[in-house]
Amino acid sequence: MKSAANRIAAAVKLPLLCLLAVIAIFPIVLTVTNAFMSEREIAHHYGALDGADADGGDAAAMPTDRVSIRLVPERATLKPFGDVLIFMPKFLLLFWNSVRLTLPIVALQTAVGTLAAYAFAKLRFPGRDKLFFLYLLTMLMPFQVTLVPNYIVAEKLGLLNSYGAIVWPGVFAAFGVFLMRQFVSGVPDAYLEAVRIDGAGPFRAFRYIVLPLVRPGMAALMLLAFVDNWNMVEQPLLFLTEPFRQPLSVYLARITEGERGVAFASSTLYMAPIVLLFLYGEDHLVEGIQRSGVKG
Amino acid sequence: MRKLRSPSVRESAAALTFLGPSLAGFLLFYLIPFGAVVYYSFVDTPIQGRFVGMDNYRQLWDSASFRKAFGNSLAFAGVGVPVLFAASLGLALLLNKAMPLRRTFRTLFLLPLVVPVASIALVWQALFHWEGAINGFAASAGADPVDWMNGRWSFAVMTAVYVWRNVGYNLVLFLAGLANIPAEQLEAASIDGAGPWRRFRSIVWPGLAPVSFFAVVMSIVSSFKVFRETYMVAGAYPHDAIYTLQHFMNNQFQSLDYPKLTSAAVLLALVIGAAVSILFRAERRAREASEG
Repeated sequence: MKSAANRIAAAVKLPLLCLLAVIAIFPIVLTVTNAFMSEREIAHHYGALDGADADGGDAAAMPTDRVSIRLVPERATLKPFGDVLIFMPKFLLLFWNSVRLTLPIVALQTAVGTLAAYAFAKLRFPGRDKLFFLYLLTMLMPFQVTLVPNYIVAEKLGLLNSYGAIVWPGVFAAFGVFLMRQFVSGVPDAYLEAVRIDGAGPFRAFRYIVLPLVRPGMAALMLLAFVDNWNMVEQPLLFLTEPFRQPLSVYLARITEGERGVAFASSTLYMAPIVLLFLYGEDHLVEGIQRSGVKG
Repeated sequence: MRKLRSPSVRESAAALTFLGPSLAGFLLFYLIPFGAVVYYSFVDTPIQGRFVGMDNYRQLWDSASFRKAFGNSLAFAGVGVPVLFAASLGLALLLNKAMPLRRTFRTLFLLPLVVPVASIALVWQALFHWEGAINGFAASAGADPVDWMNGRWSFAVMTAVYVWRNVGYNLVLFLAGLANIPAEQLEAASIDGAGPWRRFRSIVWPGLAPVSFFAVVMSIVSSFKVFRETYMVAGAYPHDAIYTLQHFMNNQFQSLDYPKLTSAAVLLALVIGAAVSILFRAERRAREASEG
C-alpha cells in the first residue's frame, strides 16, 4: 500500500539522480570531448578567457564575447593529441616525472604498510595501541602540518630539490598502515591459530595466510595511493624548484599556457591512466573506502 | 584464551621485524622532525636559538595574513564539511534501495575523486571566469554577471568544487553504513506506525553513527586539500576569501621563516588533534547510547 507521497518521491528520484550524475561528470566529459576540437574551434569558444578581441579577420576563429561551452566538437580531430605527443616534448617529460614520483610511493607504501599492518593487527607487543594511535593522528594531519617536519628532514638529509624529499614521506605515510590494518584485522584469528598449532611461526603465517587474503586490500591501497599522488600539488610546489622536474599535477597548466588548443588534449592524456585504472579496479577502491570506515 | 597470554618475547621480536621499516620511516620523517618543529616553535632562530616562550606564537597571531588564512581554512572546514555531509547522506538515501543503474550512479559520483585537479582546472576557469560560461549564461538570461573568483562568491565556488570532488567518497561510506542497518528493524518500526522521519531519526541515524564519525574526520582532512583547486584556478595569490593556510605556509617557506612555519604547524596540529578527540569522544558516547 503506497501513499501518494511515496509514489511522487519514487517518480522524482530517478530524474533527480540523473541530473546530479550529469553535474558530477560534466567537467570530465567536457574536457575529454573538447580534446578533439580543432585549435580554431577552441579559440572561438574559449578566446574570451585570453582577453582576445573580437575584431580578427577570420570569422569562425573570432572568439565569442564570453566563453561558450560546446560539448560536441563541430568536427572531431585527433590533431591536438598528435600535437601534444609529438610537438610538446615537455608534456612527455613531465608525464614521466609524475610516473617517477608516483610509482615508488604506491609500491613501497603498500609493501611497508602491509608488513606493519600485520604487526599492528595480529601480533602483540608492548605499546602497540599507543603507537598505532600516533600513526592515526599523523594520518589526519594535513600537509600544512606535515610539510614543515618533512622539510626539516629533507634539508638535514640533503634531499631538497630531489624526488626523495617527496617520495620518502609518501612511502611512510601512515594511511597505508591504517588501511592495511583494516584488511589484516579481517583475517580470522582461527586461521592463524591453526597454523601456529601446526608449528608455523609468525613469518610463515604472514606468508601463507595473511598475504594471500589481503591481496584485495593491497589493490585498494595501491589505487587510493595512486589517486592521491598522481594529483600531488603541495609537496612539489615546495620541494622542487626546477620547472622541468615538476610533475604534471603542478605544471600542466604552465606548459600549455598560451596554447589553449592543446590544453584539453593534454589534460585528457594526463587523467587517462588514473581514470582507466579506476574503472578497472573500482570494486577494490570501493572496498578500500568501506573498510576504512569500519571500526577496526 | 589468546587474549590473556602476555606477549612473548618471540612474538615481540617478530612484531619488531614486521614493523621495523615502517617505524623507522615514521620516526625519521614524521615523529622526530615534528619534535624538532615543536622545539623550533619556542626558540628565536633554528641555529643556537634562544628560548623565547610564546613569542613566536604571539607574533604569528599578530600577523594579519595568518589570521586571515587560519580563519578561512577553519571556516572552510566549518561550512564545507556539513554541506558535504548533508549532500552525500542525501545521495546515499536516494541510492539506498535496489534500483536501476545503481552501480552506474556510484561510478559516476566517484569519478570526480580520481580526476587530477590540474586536468579539470581549465573547466572551472571556463565556467567561473568573469568572461566565463556562467556569466555568459547569466547575461543571456538578463542577469548581472558576478565576479565568481574575485569576491566573496569565491568561497561558495570552492565549497561547491569541494563537494563535487568528495561526495563519492562519503557516498560509499554511507551506503556501507546503511547496508548494515537491519531491514527487519525498519520493517517492524514501519508496522508499528513509525513514519519515514521517525524511522530515520530513531533507527537510521543512530545506526550510521560510526560511519558518520569517520566521514566527518576524512572530510575535515580533505577540506584542507582544497588548496589544490584554489591554487590551480586562482593562483598563488587568490582573493582574500579563499586565501588558505597552505597559501600562507607557501609564502613563509619562500622566506624560510622558521618561527612562523613551526608555530603555525604546531597550532594547526593542536586544533586538528582537539577536533579529532572531540569527535572520538562523541562517537564513543553515541555507540554506548545505542548499545546500552
